[in-house]
Amino acid sequence: MLLLECPYCGVKAEETELSPGYEAHLKRYGPGSTDEEFEAYMFARKNPKGVHFERWRHTYGCGKWFLAARCTATLEVFGTYPAQVGEPPAEIIEKIKARRPDWKGYK
Amino acid sequence: MRRYSVFAIAREALRYHTGWERAWKSPAPKAAYDAIIVGAGGHGLATAYYLGKNYGITNVAILEKGWLGGGNTGRNTTIIRSNYLQDSSAAIYEKSRSLYETLSQDLNYNVMFSPRGVMMLAQTHHEVRGYMRTAHANALQGVQTEFITPQRVKELCPILNIEGPRYPVLGALWQARGGTGRHDAVAWGYARACSDMGMDIIQQCEVTGVRSEGGKVVGVETTKGYIGTKKLGIVVAGHSGQVAEMAGFRLPVEAVALQALVSEPIKPCMDIVVMANTVHGYMSQSDKGEMVIGGGTDGFNNYTQRGSFHHIEETLRALIETFPIISRLKMLRQWGGIVDMTGDRSPIISKTPLGNCFINCGWGTGGFKAIPGSGWAMAELMAKGEPGPLAAEFDMWRFKEGRFIDESVAAGVAH
Ligand SMILES: Cc1cc2nc3c(=O)[nH]c(=O)nc-3n(C[C@H](O)[C@H](O)[C@H](O)COP(=O)(O)OP(=O)(O)OC[C@H]3O[C@@H](n4cnc5c(N)ncnc54)[C@H](O)[C@@H]3O)c2cc1C
Ligand SMILES: [Zn+2]
Repeated sequence: MLLLECPYCGVKAEETELSPGYEAHLKRYGPGSTDEEFEAYMFARKNPKGVHFERWRHTYGCGKWFLAARCTATLEVFGTYPAQVGEPPAEIIEKIKARRPDWKGYK
Repeated sequence: MRRYSVFAIAREALRYHTGWERAWKSPAPKAAYDAIIVGAGGHGLATAYYLGKNYGITNVAILEKGWLGGGNTGRNTTIIRSNYLQDSSAAIYEKSRSLYETLSQDLNYNVMFSPRGVMMLAQTHHEVRGYMRTAHANALQGVQTEFITPQRVKELCPILNIEGPRYPVLGALWQARGGTGRHDAVAWGYARACSDMGMDIIQQCEVTGVRSEGGKVVGVETTKGYIGTKKLGIVVAGHSGQVAEMAGFRLPVEAVALQALVSEPIKPCMDIVVMANTVHGYMSQSDKGEMVIGGGTDGFNNYTQRGSFHHIEETLRALIETFPIISRLKMLRQWGGIVDMTGDRSPIISKTPLGNCFINCGWGTGGFKAIPGSGWAMAELMAKGEPGPLAAEFDMWRFKEGRFIDESVAAGVAH
């Protein structure tokens, strides 16, 4: 069972209260982009076995979208943070590095 | 290899079963092979088998990080059907289903293919239209299916509640020659046949790196050392993303957990497979009497081989509504597998950016039924270096080019 703390309302929400939204920090491509860019954005999503950044929505709570850093191999949660950022905040990166010294970093 | 037969059983019965030989050998890896298959699940083993049988390529190793058949091949609910919508899907799934008809004889191994019939319930008007369309498409594709009435549904499966309060049954798509098989036996049967052809099945041998030179694979790093190869086939289902990354390319695939469960064994009460896509659950009865049940995938990337508990609850809620008699049944076991999902719910059987490296993945929640056909098509691709008619449309570049093989409806409930 996955528990994520909503960074907006502070509720520790159990996964049935949340909706998953897959990869976070996506750069969106639309008309005018190349086929490669559009494919990478739309289909070739990151699929790591390990540290992953995701979008989640607190659907049955405050309704807001937020982001989470999670390990897909163990379900460990490193932290959650508001969605209005282009990449993971420094303190989240530090937390992950402390737990996963071999982690290659966010790219 | 000594053949299995009624005479063999009689002979062994007379000498206290001391003469059975091992079904497959467990050799140490050689320095190099003509072809290496990564992943000894059903699809990897079938690929190796048809490489040998159809193309005479037998200097082959199949590398498996765990034990053979221990991935999704040994974790699925064994539904076999070919009632998909698109022509290219119908072709490969029907090829596969028809190979299952004679697989036990072909492999000299009882895979217990049981064409007991698969019924997909239509419980909304949208589903009725969708399945009628599929039945028409199947008629054109030469796949035998029919759309049947609620009365016929009740005749075929008396324990089904066709007058449920939320979603009464309005009809069903019926494939009489669909059914189930014994999942482990499929892996074991292919493994025994591959070993008999002189191929090396190397278990507990994880591929940790792919070595390439000038755009071609030369070998793989493994937990049992470096092994050279002239051709590489990656057939690792849920771990396709990892192995592709070792080979230097990214796949349009994401890994999620899918669960199944079985009940305590009860007396025979249903002799077909029923899938209820609207309420999201499906059920059949195993030869041991257990009700075999499956449902939904998690909505997030996951490699833990166990799914979220609330899915079990949702699946059982759906099935109790559909089959009220199971409401007091105890569930015995639950497990999960990591399935590789593509954007159009169709598989990938494809060349890759590396000239002599091929990939077979993306079967997601529904690739047990496809094992023989997929192995057949993948062997052709690896032997000739170009896909044959069965695999041609399933290349990995179709996403970029917008040639989707959309099976999100036919894939329906995860199975
Ligand atoms: C719960 C559940 C129910 C399902 N129900 C159905 C159903 O009813 N009908 C149906 O048609 N399909 C069903 N499926 C889907 C089906 O099980 C799969 O599509 C199919 O088994 C995939 O076979 P495979 O050989 O590709 O993969 P697998 O059997 O998973 O084999 C891949 C192998 O690769 C190995 N491997 C991975 N990485 C490495 C590495 N680096 N080095 C070496 N080896 C590696 C793994 O250990 C594994 O043994 C279900 C799946 C699940 C999980
Ligand atoms: Zn909230």
